[in-house]
Amino acid sequence: MTLPRALDFLAVPERFMAVSTWLAPALGALAAALIGAGLWTGVSAPSDYQQGATVLIMFIHVPAAWLSMFGYICLAGASFLSLIFRHALADAAAKACAPLGAGFTALALATGSLWGRPMWGAWWVWDARLTSVLVLLLFYLGYIALRASIEDEGRAGRAAAILALVGAINLPIVHFSVNWWNTLHQGASVFRPGGPTLALVYLIPLLLIALGYMAAFGSLWLVRIRAELWRRRARVLSLQAAGR
Amino acid sequence: MKGLLALMRREFNLAFGGGGPLLALTFYACLVALLPLAAGRNPTQLGLLGPDIAWLALALASLLSLERLFERDYEDGALELLAMGPIPLEAVSVVKALAQFLAINGPLAFAAPIAAIALGGPVSLAPMAILTGLLGGVAFAFVGGLGAALALGAKRGGLLVAIVVLPLFAPPVIFGAAALDAVRAGQSSLMALALLAAYAAAAVALSPLAMAAACRNALD
Repeated sequence: MTLPRALDFLAVPERFMAVSTWLAPALGALAAALIGAGLWTGVSAPSDYQQGATVLIMFIHVPAAWLSMFGYICLAGASFLSLIFRHALADAAAKACAPLGAGFTALALATGSLWGRPMWGAWWVWDARLTSVLVLLLFYLGYIALRASIEDEGRAGRAAAILALVGAINLPIVHFSVNWWNTLHQGASVFRPGGPTLALVYLIPLLLIALGYMAAFGSLWLVRIRAELWRRRARVLSLQAAGR
Repeated sequence: MKGLLALMRREFNLAFGGGGPLLALTFYACLVALLPLAAGRNPTQLGLLGPDIAWLALALASLLSLERLFERDYEDGALELLAMGPIPLEAVSVVKALAQFLAINGPLAFAAPIAAIALGGPVSLAPMAILTGLLGGVAFAFVGGLGAALALGAKRGGLLVAIVVLPLFAPPVIFGAAALDAVRAGQSSLMALALLAAYAAAAVALSPLAMAAACRNALD
Protein backbone atom coordinates (compact mmCIF):
# COMPACT_ATOMS: atom_id res chain seq x y z
CA MET A 1 0.00 0.00 0.00
CA THR A 2 1.18 3.51 -0.72
CA LEU A 3 0.11 6.84 0.66
CA PRO A 4 -2.43 8.90 -1.29
CA ARG A 5 -0.94 11.67 -3.49
CA ALA A 6 -2.10 14.61 -1.39
CA LEU A 7 -0.10 13.35 1.58
CA ASP A 8 3.02 12.89 -0.52
CA PHE A 9 5.11 15.36 1.45
CA LEU A 10 4.49 13.29 4.54
CA ALA A 11 6.00 10.22 2.92
CA VAL A 12 9.56 11.49 2.75
CA PRO A 13 11.09 12.73 6.02
CA GLU A 14 13.44 15.12 4.17
CA ARG A 15 10.54 16.78 2.39
CA PHE A 16 8.60 16.93 5.65
CA MET A 17 11.55 18.65 7.30
CA ALA A 18 11.75 21.15 4.44
CA VAL A 19 8.04 22.00 4.63
CA SER A 20 7.75 22.07 8.41
CA THR A 21 10.78 24.32 8.84
CA TRP A 22 8.69 27.29 7.61
CA LEU A 23 5.19 25.92 8.27
CA ALA A 24 5.72 25.56 12.05
CA PRO A 25 6.74 29.18 12.70
CA ALA A 26 4.10 30.41 10.21
CA LEU A 27 1.36 28.57 12.11
CA GLY A 28 2.80 29.84 15.37
CA ALA A 29 2.59 33.44 14.15
CA LEU A 30 -0.94 32.85 12.89
CA ALA A 31 -1.86 31.42 16.30
CA ALA A 32 -0.45 34.44 18.12
CA ALA A 33 -2.34 36.81 15.81
CA LEU A 34 -5.66 34.95 16.13
CA ILE A 35 -5.46 34.48 19.88
CA GLY A 36 -4.38 38.10 20.30
CA ALA A 37 -7.27 39.36 18.18
CA GLY A 38 -9.70 37.05 19.97
CA LEU A 39 -8.56 38.15 23.42
CA TRP A 40 -8.72 41.82 22.37
CA THR A 41 -12.31 41.57 21.11
CA GLY A 42 -13.21 39.30 24.01
CA VAL A 43 -11.92 41.59 26.76
CA SER A 44 -13.55 44.63 25.17
CA ALA A 45 -16.92 42.84 25.04
CA PRO A 46 -19.37 43.83 27.81
CA SER A 47 -19.41 41.61 30.89
CA ASP A 48 -22.16 39.02 31.02
CA TYR A 49 -25.02 40.14 33.28
CA GLN A 50 -25.13 36.79 35.07
CA GLN A 51 -21.53 35.63 35.06
CA GLY A 52 -19.70 38.95 35.20
CA ALA A 53 -16.05 38.93 34.20
CA THR A 54 -15.69 35.17 34.80
CA VAL A 55 -17.22 34.64 31.36
CA LEU A 56 -13.74 35.43 30.05
CA ILE A 57 -12.57 32.02 31.31
CA MET A 58 -14.76 30.58 28.58
CA PHE A 59 -12.36 31.89 25.92
CA ILE A 60 -9.54 29.79 27.36
CA HIS A 61 -11.64 26.84 28.48
CA VAL A 62 -13.97 26.00 25.60
CA PRO A 63 -11.33 25.91 22.81
CA ALA A 64 -9.12 23.77 25.07
CA ALA A 65 -11.99 21.31 25.49
CA TRP A 66 -12.47 21.20 21.71
CA LEU A 67 -8.74 20.69 21.16
CA SER A 68 -8.66 17.86 23.73
CA MET A 69 -10.99 15.86 21.49
CA PHE A 70 -9.38 17.04 18.24
CA GLY A 71 -6.03 15.90 19.66
CA TYR A 72 -7.31 12.38 20.23
CA ILE A 73 -8.66 12.24 16.67
CA CYS A 74 -5.19 13.25 15.44
CA LEU A 75 -3.58 10.64 17.71
CA ALA A 76 -5.89 7.87 16.49
CA GLY A 77 -5.44 8.95 12.85
CA ALA A 78 -1.65 8.99 13.10
CA SER A 79 -1.72 5.64 14.94
CA PHE A 80 -3.91 4.14 12.21
CA LEU A 81 -1.54 5.34 9.49
CA SER A 82 1.50 4.06 11.36
CA LEU A 83 -0.09 0.63 11.88
CA ILE A 84 -1.30 0.28 8.27
CA PHE A 85 1.63 1.83 6.39
CA ARG A 86 4.27 1.08 9.03
CA HIS A 87 5.54 4.58 8.41
CA ALA A 88 8.08 6.08 10.80
CA LEU A 89 6.77 9.63 10.33
CA ALA A 90 3.21 8.68 11.32
CA ASP A 91 4.61 6.95 14.41
CA ALA A 92 6.61 10.04 15.32
CA ALA A 93 3.47 12.14 14.78
CA ALA A 94 1.44 9.92 17.14
CA LYS A 95 4.17 10.04 19.78
CA ALA A 96 4.43 13.83 19.47
CA CYS A 97 0.66 14.27 19.59
CA ALA A 98 -0.15 12.49 22.87
CA PRO A 99 1.46 14.90 25.37
CA LEU A 100 0.00 17.86 23.44
CA GLY A 101 -3.49 16.40 23.59
CA ALA A 102 -3.04 15.55 27.26
CA GLY A 103 -1.89 19.12 27.87
CA PHE A 104 -4.97 20.64 26.26
CA THR A 105 -7.18 18.18 28.16
CA ALA A 106 -5.54 19.12 31.45
CA LEU A 107 -5.96 22.81 30.54
CA ALA A 108 -9.65 22.23 29.84
CA LEU A 109 -10.11 20.47 33.20
CA ALA A 110 -8.14 23.08 35.17
CA THR A 111 -9.90 26.07 33.62
CA GLY A 112 -13.23 24.28 33.92
CA SER A 113 -12.58 23.81 37.62
CA LEU A 114 -11.64 27.49 38.03
CA TRP A 115 -14.78 28.48 36.16
CA GLY A 116 -16.92 26.08 38.17
CA ARG A 117 -15.99 27.59 41.54
CA PRO A 118 -17.76 30.94 40.97
CA MET A 119 -20.49 29.44 38.74
CA TRP A 120 -21.53 26.29 40.59
CA GLY A 121 -19.95 27.02 43.97
CA ALA A 122 -17.76 23.93 43.75
CA TRP A 123 -14.31 23.21 42.34
CA TRP A 124 -15.50 20.00 40.84
CA VAL A 125 -18.91 18.72 39.84
CA TRP A 126 -19.45 15.16 38.60
CA ASP A 127 -21.16 16.40 35.51
CA ALA A 128 -21.27 14.24 32.37
CA ARG A 129 -18.94 16.46 30.36
CA LEU A 130 -16.36 16.87 33.12
CA THR A 131 -16.35 13.13 33.75
CA SER A 132 -15.97 12.33 30.04
CA VAL A 133 -13.05 14.73 29.71
CA LEU A 134 -11.43 13.26 32.83
CA VAL A 135 -11.64 9.76 31.31
CA LEU A 136 -10.20 11.19 28.08
CA LEU A 137 -7.21 12.48 30.07
CA LEU A 138 -6.79 8.98 31.56
CA PHE A 139 -6.78 7.54 28.02
CA TYR A 140 -4.00 9.95 27.04
CA LEU A 141 -2.02 9.10 30.18
CA GLY A 142 -2.43 5.36 29.55
CA TYR A 143 -1.11 5.83 26.01
CA ILE A 144 1.90 7.81 27.24
CA ALA A 145 2.58 5.28 30.04
CA LEU A 146 2.42 2.28 27.70
CA ARG A 147 4.69 3.98 25.19
CA ALA A 148 7.20 4.93 27.87
CA SER A 149 7.45 1.52 29.51
CA ILE A 150 8.32 -0.62 26.49
CA GLU A 151 12.00 -0.30 25.71
CA ASP A 152 12.09 -1.26 22.02
CA GLU A 153 10.99 1.86 20.16
CA GLY A 154 9.22 0.18 17.22
CA ARG A 155 7.42 -2.29 19.44
CA ALA A 156 6.35 0.45 21.86
CA GLY A 157 5.02 2.48 18.94
CA ARG A 158 2.88 -0.33 17.55
CA ALA A 159 1.54 -1.43 20.96
CA ALA A 160 0.64 2.19 21.72
CA ALA A 161 -0.98 2.54 18.28
CA ILE A 162 -3.21 -0.48 18.98
CA LEU A 163 -4.15 1.09 22.32
CA ALA A 164 -4.94 4.43 20.62
CA LEU A 165 -7.32 2.67 18.21
CA VAL A 166 -8.93 0.68 21.05
CA GLY A 167 -9.38 4.00 22.82
CA ALA A 168 -10.91 5.57 19.72
CA ILE A 169 -13.53 2.78 19.65
CA ASN A 170 -14.13 3.10 23.38
CA LEU A 171 -14.37 6.88 23.71
CA PRO A 172 -17.87 7.12 22.14
CA ILE A 173 -18.99 4.24 24.40
CA VAL A 174 -17.55 6.02 27.45
CA HIS A 175 -19.22 9.23 26.34
CA PHE A 176 -22.58 7.49 25.94
CA SER A 177 -22.33 5.59 29.21
CA VAL A 178 -21.31 8.66 31.19
CA ASN A 179 -24.19 10.67 29.72
CA TRP A 180 -26.57 7.85 30.58
CA TRP A 181 -25.14 7.63 34.12
CA ASN A 182 -25.57 11.39 34.48
CA THR A 183 -29.26 11.38 33.55
CA LEU A 184 -29.67 8.48 35.98
CA HIS A 185 -28.25 10.32 38.96
CA GLN A 186 -29.32 13.92 38.50
CA GLY A 187 -32.43 15.16 36.82
CA ALA A 188 -31.28 18.51 35.49
CA SER A 189 -27.79 19.01 34.20
CA VAL A 190 -25.80 22.07 35.18
CA PHE A 191 -25.67 22.88 31.52
CA ARG A 192 -29.24 23.73 30.66
CA PRO A 193 -30.18 22.06 27.36
CA GLY A 194 -31.16 24.70 24.83
CA GLY A 195 -30.26 27.31 27.43
CA PRO A 196 -29.06 30.80 26.67
CA THR A 197 -27.47 30.82 23.27
CA LEU A 198 -24.17 32.58 22.96
CA ALA A 199 -24.36 36.25 22.02
CA LEU A 200 -22.45 37.33 18.92
CA VAL A 201 -20.09 39.53 20.98
CA TYR A 202 -18.81 36.35 22.66
CA LEU A 203 -19.09 34.03 19.69
CA ILE A 204 -16.70 35.98 17.46
CA PRO A 205 -13.79 36.10 19.95
CA LEU A 206 -14.47 32.47 20.91
CA LEU A 207 -14.17 31.33 17.30
CA LEU A 208 -11.06 33.49 16.75
CA ILE A 209 -9.38 31.96 19.79
CA ALA A 210 -10.49 28.44 18.81
CA LEU A 211 -8.86 28.88 15.39
CA GLY A 212 -5.80 30.27 17.15
CA TYR A 213 -5.65 27.20 19.39
CA MET A 214 -5.88 25.02 16.28
CA ALA A 215 -2.97 26.85 14.69
CA ALA A 216 -0.98 26.65 17.92
CA PHE A 217 -1.69 22.93 18.12
CA GLY A 218 -0.51 22.46 14.52
CA SER A 219 2.61 24.51 15.11
CA LEU A 220 3.55 22.72 18.34
CA TRP A 221 2.80 19.36 16.76
CA LEU A 222 5.14 20.06 13.84
CA VAL A 223 7.86 21.27 16.22
CA ARG A 224 7.48 18.12 18.34
CA ILE A 225 7.58 15.83 15.28
CA ARG A 226 10.74 17.58 14.10
CA ALA A 227 12.28 17.15 17.54
CA GLU A 228 11.34 13.47 17.55
CA LEU A 229 12.88 12.91 14.10
CA TRP A 230 16.06 14.71 15.19
CA ARG A 231 16.18 12.64 18.37
CA ARG A 232 15.98 9.45 16.33
CA ARG A 233 18.69 10.66 13.97
CA ALA A 234 20.89 11.61 16.90
CA ARG A 235 20.44 8.16 18.39
CA VAL A 236 21.45 6.47 15.16
CA LEU A 237 24.50 8.73 14.88
CA SER A 238 25.55 8.02 18.47
CA LEU A 239 25.13 4.30 17.85
CA GLN A 240 27.27 4.57 14.73
CA ALA A 241 29.90 6.55 16.62
CA ALA A 242 29.96 3.97 19.41
CA GLY A 243 30.23 1.17 16.88
CA ARG A 244 33.36 2.54 15.27
CA MET B 1 -10.05 -29.42 17.31
CA LYS B 2 -7.83 -31.73 19.32
CA GLY B 3 -5.27 -28.95 19.55
CA LEU B 4 -7.90 -26.52 20.76
CA LEU B 5 -8.99 -28.94 23.52
CA ALA B 6 -5.39 -29.43 24.58
CA LEU B 7 -4.90 -25.66 24.62
CA MET B 8 -8.00 -25.23 26.76
CA ARG B 9 -6.82 -27.85 29.21
CA ARG B 10 -3.43 -26.17 29.41
CA GLU B 11 -4.82 -22.67 29.90
CA PHE B 12 -7.35 -23.75 32.54
CA ASN B 13 -4.64 -25.61 34.44
CA LEU B 14 -2.42 -22.53 34.32
CA ALA B 15 -5.24 -20.22 35.40
CA PHE B 16 -6.40 -22.40 38.28
CA GLY B 17 -2.90 -23.44 39.32
CA GLY B 18 -0.76 -21.50 41.74
CA GLY B 19 -3.73 -20.48 43.88
CA GLY B 20 -5.21 -18.18 41.22
CA PRO B 21 -8.86 -18.08 42.39
CA LEU B 22 -7.87 -18.21 46.05
CA LEU B 23 -5.59 -15.18 45.73
CA ALA B 24 -8.24 -13.16 43.89
CA LEU B 25 -10.93 -14.08 46.42
CA THR B 26 -8.66 -13.23 49.35
CA PHE B 27 -7.76 -9.89 47.81
CA TYR B 28 -11.46 -9.21 47.29
CA ALA B 29 -12.19 -10.10 50.93
CA CYS B 30 -9.41 -7.75 52.08
CA LEU B 31 -10.84 -4.85 50.07
CA VAL B 32 -14.34 -5.50 51.43
CA ALA B 33 -13.07 -5.80 55.01
CA LEU B 34 -11.21 -2.50 54.80
CA LEU B 35 -14.20 -0.48 53.57
CA PRO B 36 -16.07 -0.31 56.92
CA LEU B 37 -12.79 0.57 58.62
CA ALA B 38 -12.66 3.69 56.44
CA ALA B 39 -16.36 4.50 56.06
CA GLY B 40 -17.51 3.66 59.59
CA ARG B 41 -19.82 0.88 60.72
CA ASN B 42 -23.06 2.86 60.78
CA PRO B 43 -25.37 0.40 58.92
CA THR B 44 -27.48 2.98 57.05
CA GLN B 45 -24.43 4.91 55.90
CA LEU B 46 -22.62 1.73 54.90
CA GLY B 47 -25.70 0.37 53.16
CA LEU B 48 -25.82 3.39 50.87
CA LEU B 49 -22.42 2.77 49.37
CA GLY B 50 -21.62 -0.84 50.28
CA PRO B 51 -23.13 -2.74 47.34
CA ASP B 52 -21.64 -0.31 44.82
CA ILE B 53 -18.22 -0.60 46.44
CA ALA B 54 -18.54 -4.41 46.42
CA TRP B 55 -19.18 -4.13 42.67
CA LEU B 56 -16.25 -1.79 42.07
CA ALA B 57 -13.97 -4.06 44.11
CA LEU B 58 -14.80 -6.84 41.62
CA ALA B 59 -13.24 -4.76 38.85
CA LEU B 60 -10.15 -4.13 40.96
CA ALA B 61 -9.76 -7.76 42.07
CA SER B 62 -9.99 -8.94 38.47
CA LEU B 63 -6.85 -6.93 37.61
CA LEU B 64 -4.58 -8.91 39.91
CA SER B 65 -3.65 -11.93 37.85
CA LEU B 66 -3.79 -10.23 34.45
CA GLU B 67 -0.10 -9.43 34.39
CA ARG B 68 0.86 -13.09 34.09
CA LEU B 69 -1.81 -13.98 31.51
CA PHE B 70 0.42 -13.48 28.47
CA GLU B 71 3.72 -12.52 30.11
CA ARG B 72 4.40 -16.00 31.46
CA ASP B 73 4.13 -17.57 27.99
CA TYR B 74 6.05 -14.69 26.46
CA GLU B 75 8.98 -15.13 28.83
CA ASP B 76 9.39 -18.89 28.47
CA GLY B 77 8.83 -18.92 24.70
CA ALA B 78 5.49 -20.73 24.81
CA LEU B 79 3.77 -17.81 23.11
CA GLU B 80 6.13 -18.14 20.15
CA LEU B 81 5.26 -21.83 19.86
CA LEU B 82 1.55 -21.01 20.05
CA ALA B 83 1.98 -18.37 17.34
CA MET B 84 3.64 -20.91 15.03
CA GLY B 85 1.01 -23.57 15.72
CA PRO B 86 -2.16 -24.22 13.72
CA ILE B 87 -4.49 -22.36 16.10
CA PRO B 88 -4.68 -18.64 15.22
CA LEU B 89 -3.57 -16.25 17.95
CA GLU B 90 -7.08 -14.78 18.01
CA ALA B 91 -8.43 -18.15 19.20
CA VAL B 92 -5.56 -18.54 21.66
CA SER B 93 -6.50 -15.14 23.07
CA VAL B 94 -10.14 -16.15 23.43
CA VAL B 95 -9.15 -19.32 25.30
CA LYS B 96 -6.81 -17.38 27.58
CA ALA B 97 -9.45 -14.76 28.40
CA LEU B 98 -12.02 -17.50 28.94
CA ALA B 99 -9.71 -19.31 31.34
CA GLN B 100 -9.13 -16.02 33.15
CA PHE B 101 -12.89 -15.58 33.43
CA LEU B 102 -13.53 -19.10 34.74
CA ALA B 103 -10.68 -19.04 37.25
CA ILE B 104 -10.93 -15.45 38.53
CA ASN B 105 -14.06 -13.56 37.52
CA GLY B 106 -16.47 -16.50 37.94
CA PRO B 107 -15.56 -17.26 41.56
CA LEU B 108 -15.50 -13.53 42.31
CA ALA B 109 -19.04 -13.15 40.93
CA PHE B 110 -20.28 -15.69 43.47
CA ALA B 111 -18.46 -13.91 46.29
CA ALA B 112 -20.02 -10.58 45.26
CA PRO B 113 -23.46 -11.10 46.88
CA ILE B 114 -21.84 -12.13 50.18
CA ALA B 115 -19.79 -8.93 50.13
CA ALA B 116 -22.77 -6.79 49.08
CA ILE B 117 -24.94 -8.15 51.92
CA ALA B 118 -22.13 -7.90 54.47
CA LEU B 119 -21.74 -4.27 53.49
CA GLY B 120 -25.38 -3.53 54.21
CA GLY B 121 -27.10 -4.40 50.95
CA PRO B 122 -30.50 -6.16 51.05
CA VAL B 123 -30.61 -9.94 50.59
CA SER B 124 -32.86 -9.47 47.55
CA LEU B 125 -29.82 -8.02 45.81
CA ALA B 126 -28.03 -11.40 45.70
CA PRO B 127 -29.23 -12.71 42.30
CA MET B 128 -28.49 -9.41 40.60
CA ALA B 129 -25.05 -9.22 42.26
CA ILE B 130 -24.18 -12.63 40.78
CA LEU B 131 -25.60 -11.74 37.37
CA THR B 132 -23.75 -8.42 37.10
CA GLY B 133 -20.66 -10.14 38.46
CA LEU B 134 -20.80 -12.75 35.69
CA LEU B 135 -21.65 -10.38 32.82
CA GLY B 136 -19.22 -7.73 34.02
CA GLY B 137 -16.66 -10.47 34.65
CA VAL B 138 -16.73 -11.42 30.96
CA ALA B 139 -16.05 -7.80 30.05
CA PHE B 140 -13.32 -7.44 32.69
CA ALA B 141 -11.59 -10.65 31.53
CA PHE B 142 -11.59 -9.80 27.81
CA VAL B 143 -10.76 -6.08 28.12
CA GLY B 144 -8.24 -6.94 30.83
CA GLY B 145 -6.64 -9.56 28.59
CA LEU B 146 -6.25 -6.85 25.98
CA GLY B 147 -4.34 -4.70 28.46
CA ALA B 148 -2.20 -7.69 29.43
CA ALA B 149 -1.32 -8.38 25.79
CA LEU B 150 -0.46 -4.73 25.13
CA ALA B 151 1.86 -4.60 28.14
CA LEU B 152 3.94 -7.57 26.92
CA GLY B 153 7.63 -6.92 27.36
CA ALA B 154 7.08 -3.74 29.37
CA LYS B 155 8.82 -2.68 32.53
CA ARG B 156 6.48 -2.58 35.58
CA GLY B 157 3.91 -4.71 33.70
CA GLY B 158 1.35 -5.06 36.49
CA LEU B 159 0.91 -1.38 37.22
CA LEU B 160 0.88 -0.65 33.50
CA VAL B 161 -1.93 -3.14 32.87
CA ALA B 162 -4.01 -1.43 35.55
CA ILE B 163 -3.42 2.04 34.12
CA VAL B 164 -4.25 0.92 30.59
CA VAL B 165 -7.30 -1.13 31.53
CA LEU B 166 -9.07 0.81 34.30
CA PRO B 167 -10.24 3.74 32.10
CA LEU B 168 -11.71 1.16 29.71
CA PHE B 169 -13.69 -0.29 32.63
CA ALA B 170 -15.75 2.92 32.98
CA PRO B 171 -18.77 1.80 30.88
CA PRO B 172 -19.23 -1.69 32.45
CA VAL B 173 -18.76 -0.23 35.94
CA ILE B 174 -21.53 2.30 35.21
CA PHE B 175 -23.91 -0.31 33.74
CA GLY B 176 -23.41 -2.84 36.54
CA ALA B 177 -23.84 -0.28 39.30
CA ALA B 178 -26.98 1.01 37.58
CA ALA B 179 -28.45 -2.51 37.50
CA LEU B 180 -27.77 -2.93 41.23
CA ASP B 181 -29.20 0.50 42.03
CA ALA B 182 -32.34 -0.26 40.00
CA VAL B 183 -32.97 -3.40 42.06
CA ARG B 184 -32.55 -1.47 45.29
CA ALA B 185 -34.89 1.27 44.07
CA GLY B 186 -37.45 -1.34 43.02
CA GLN B 187 -37.19 -0.36 39.35
CA SER B 188 -36.56 -2.44 36.26
CA SER B 189 -32.88 -3.15 35.74
CA LEU B 190 -33.46 -4.54 32.26
CA MET B 191 -31.89 -1.63 30.37
CA ALA B 192 -28.76 -1.55 32.51
CA LEU B 193 -28.38 -5.32 32.18
CA ALA B 194 -28.90 -5.16 28.42
CA LEU B 195 -26.21 -2.49 28.11
CA LEU B 196 -23.83 -4.49 30.30
CA ALA B 197 -24.46 -7.63 28.23
CA ALA B 198 -23.95 -5.65 25.01
CA TYR B 199 -20.65 -4.29 26.26
CA ALA B 200 -19.53 -7.79 27.28
CA ALA B 201 -20.53 -9.19 23.88
CA ALA B 202 -18.65 -6.45 22.06
CA ALA B 203 -15.59 -7.09 24.25
CA VAL B 204 -15.70 -10.81 23.43
CA ALA B 205 -16.07 -10.07 19.71
CA LEU B 206 -13.49 -7.31 19.29
CA SER B 207 -10.78 -7.61 21.92
CA PRO B 208 -9.32 -10.94 20.62
CA LEU B 209 -8.37 -9.12 17.39
CA ALA B 210 -6.43 -6.51 19.36
CA MET B 211 -4.96 -9.16 21.71
CA ALA B 212 -3.64 -11.16 18.77
CA ALA B 213 -2.25 -8.02 17.10
CA ALA B 214 -0.50 -7.07 20.35
CA CYS B 215 0.98 -10.59 20.71
CA ARG B 216 2.27 -10.54 17.12
CA ASN B 217 3.81 -7.13 17.74
CA ALA B 218 5.57 -8.36 20.87
CA LEU B 219 6.90 -11.44 19.07
CA ASP B 220 8.35 -9.86 15.94
